Amino acid sequence: MSAPFDVRSADVLVVGAGPAGLSAATRLRNIGVASVIVVERELQAGGIPRHCGHPPFGIREFGRVLTGPAYARRLIDRAVNSGVELMLGCAVVAIDYAEDIIVTCASSRGPLTIIAKRVILATGAREKPRSARLVSGDRPIGVLNTGALQEYVYLQHLAPFRRPLIVGTELVALSSLLTCRKIGAHPVAMIESRDRPTVRRLSMALPRLLGVPVRYKTHLAAIVGKSRIEAVTLLSADGTLEDVACDGVLFTGGFQPEAALARSAGLQIDEGTGGPTIDQFARTSEPRIFAAGNILHPVETAGWSWREGRRIGEFVSRDLDGQLPPPRGAIQLRPGTGIRYVVPQRLVPGGGGFDHLQLRAKASVSGALIADSGGKQIGKQPLKSAPERRILVPLAGFAEAKEDITFGLNEPDFETIRSDAECV
Amino acid sequence: MADVAIVGAGAVGSAMARRFTLEGARVILLERGADLLPGASKGNSAILHTGFDAPPGSVELSCMQAGYAEYLAVRESFNLPLLETGAMVVAWSETERMALDQIEAQARTNGIGNVRRLSAAEIRAREPELSTCALEALLVPGEHVIDPWSPFLAYLLQAKAHGAEISFRTEVVAGHFDGQAWTLKTSRGELRARTVINCAGLYGDRLDARLLGAASFEIRPRKGQFVVFDKAAAKLLKTIILPVPSERTKGVVLTRTAFGNLLVGPTAEEQEDRERATVEEETLRMLIAKAGEMVPALAHMDVTAVYAGLRPATEEKPYRISVHPDRNWITVGGIRSTGLTASLGIARHVYKLYEELGNRHTAIAAPVTPHVPNLAEYLPRDWQAPGYGEIVCHCEMVTRREIEQALSGPIPAGDFGGLRRRTRCGMGRCQGFYCNAQIAALTAGRFASPLAVGDAA
Repeated sequence: MSAPFDVRSADVLVVGAGPAGLSAATRLRNIGVASVIVVERELQAGGIPRHCGHPPFGIREFGRVLTGPAYARRLIDRAVNSGVELMLGCAVVAIDYAEDIIVTCASSRGPLTIIAKRVILATGAREKPRSARLVSGDRPIGVLNTGALQEYVYLQHLAPFRRPLIVGTELVALSSLLTCRKIGAHPVAMIESRDRPTVRRLSMALPRLLGVPVRYKTHLAAIVGKSRIEAVTLLSADGTLEDVACDGVLFTGGFQPEAALARSAGLQIDEGTGGPTIDQFARTSEPRIFAAGNILHPVETAGWSWREGRRIGEFVSRDLDGQLPPPRGAIQLRPGTGIRYVVPQRLVPGGGGFDHLQLRAKASVSGALIADSGGKQIGKQPLKSAPERRILVPLAGFAEAKEDITFGLNEPDFETIRSDAECV
Repeated sequence: MADVAIVGAGAVGSAMARRFTLEGARVILLERGADLLPGASKGNSAILHTGFDAPPGSVELSCMQAGYAEYLAVRESFNLPLLETGAMVVAWSETERMALDQIEAQARTNGIGNVRRLSAAEIRAREPELSTCALEALLVPGEHVIDPWSPFLAYLLQAKAHGAEISFRTEVVAGHFDGQAWTLKTSRGELRARTVINCAGLYGDRLDARLLGAASFEIRPRKGQFVVFDKAAAKLLKTIILPVPSERTKGVVLTRTAFGNLLVGPTAEEQEDRERATVEEETLRMLIAKAGEMVPALAHMDVTAVYAGLRPATEEKPYRISVHPDRNWITVGGIRSTGLTASLGIARHVYKLYEELGNRHTAIAAPVTPHVPNLAEYLPRDWQAPGYGEIVCHCEMVTRREIEQALSGPIPAGDFGGLRRRTRCGMGRCQGFYCNAQIAALTAGRFASPLAVGDAA
């Protein structure tokens, strides 16, 4: 960087160099937007895939199966080759948008101000830590999330534990089994408070294969250990308590957007996602600030975030050309019965934008999803889903809606729970 | 031979080591833990109290007021923060409202003349996010928030700079007084000191029993659990919200922290165990609910951290400070939550008792005052100065330079807790999701309880 480091300007500033941010930036450059800067607070770009040392990544983007780090390298190369300026070790500390959008960053070389016409927030998501889960017990060393485990193993080449308890059965819990295997760690058990796994049941062959017992309807009652974890106390559905010796606890999943910046910038936050609200062009409550990737919807795959980032890059480019409809007169899209969130949260008149709405159910459901606007049913589709599974609803049908729309399950079938016989 | 051996590097022991060193005594400070503040002093509500509600005429009150005044006098020279919040004792019921008269009278008796009553409307004007159930309040403008850990590092750095010896991982296991001086047997060998000052906190009675043959009081650990809300919550409140106190405790407090969070707690739970301070889900939920009753907007706020501390309470409320002239021994026991405020005052009080035993030293003429790194959010932090390398903990904006400094210098962090208290790394909303592995690498080989158990391979 030969230019003065204190004040810069850009057509578009992307915050976060993960799959969503890099693909949005690359797309913007490829469309012909002159100056696109990506700021990344870490010293390496690539985001979460950087420390996912296992496949499969890149099938959609590069037509081949890659490990996370290899995938991240390709995303970075593509971005840089397209002319994106990548600024590493740059942490955004404030976004002001009274008139121009002024982004203040901290960097080891000194503070930096970037004046941008448009900003895309692509700050990603992280897992819910032990504290926010209000887990009882001691607070010893050895309690981690999967993201930290991956960094231990793939970036720092360290082992945080040898015999951890794994809490949760989301996809990321299965990936943690592979990471544990890499360091020769043998999880003492994988526990799930519900009566079934969050991932599809077929995937649960993996813990079986690795000899890790899976316990459903089991709650982590307490963590025990003075300086390092010595044991956990597990509570079974029948009320029995059991101490299990272990040297770590891995809390997996429970993703939540890394939305501190969006929040401190005063953007409207959706309680369902925990991230900023957007319209169908990914515009937040400040229409010059967009959001992309897992800050919008905890949590999606890297491939999904990449594709979504590309699309949002196109929206931003059109917005710079004055081609997006004004952000006024939006109707609200709300989660109803049994639905945790709906993204986007606003629909401006005139159509266009995303092809689909993204929803998540609160529990395992099978029934019908009803779209209700002003007391009238304006859409219905069959729905069979589980928590943390992607639900897509075509947006085309709602372009003409004049009143807010609520998406909910039809009552009779709500939370139809399959029999326990399916449980392992 | 040392003039004094101080046992325990908690808040009281650290302030004591500083005072005695400044007065010219040769000090050795013995701490069982791997770093300072490993016991009772690490978990409190971080409030600098005026003493408005302390027992009139008590040693506790005079120590609090002396400690308060000295903190204000010295804090800038050490680079220590003061978040000037004021506090409101809020009456939520008619019964509590009736009690405000007595609390106000006691405050005035204690010399806190600037307290005043706030009507419900005045409360709302001052704190618009506070529940409208607040009926009336007593405003205590002098109650403030501090960094509860950095002061004691500053005091020990100063003591060490003037020759005090600080020995961590050193447990006093036995001792013998020969009429002139003590020979203390520790887990790291023997040492001699003329006088012993017992600042052993949760083990104060045990140390007395072990070395004097009997303890004049009994520690009854009282646990306090806390919940720390996300930084977004801090803007919901300016003033510390205190309840109308009960006999046993000051009750559940809602306060900002110097680090930019909002804190609710503590509980007051008697227990036998002197080591384990567990958090309990049910209690944490109760605290969150209680905070939500006081500030309704907190109902939707994320929780950043939870913790629990143990107060070294005894069977009686007053401080248990006793001098054993025939044994050259001073016990400083039963220092509960007010100890954070009172520590500097207690140190002065105890030095006076020590002088009354006939001890004399020549005070250091021009003491140095080492600067400690600022951790308070309202003052410039390390990341605001170039050359920090990288930010390791993004939630709390902790730089690699800060971590490296905390791991070196005259009193390097001895364990992960000590590093957290010195830098705040890993104490933010992600609780180490992003930084824990890098901190494991940066601290490899430094701690008795390392973060990593070995290499990946």
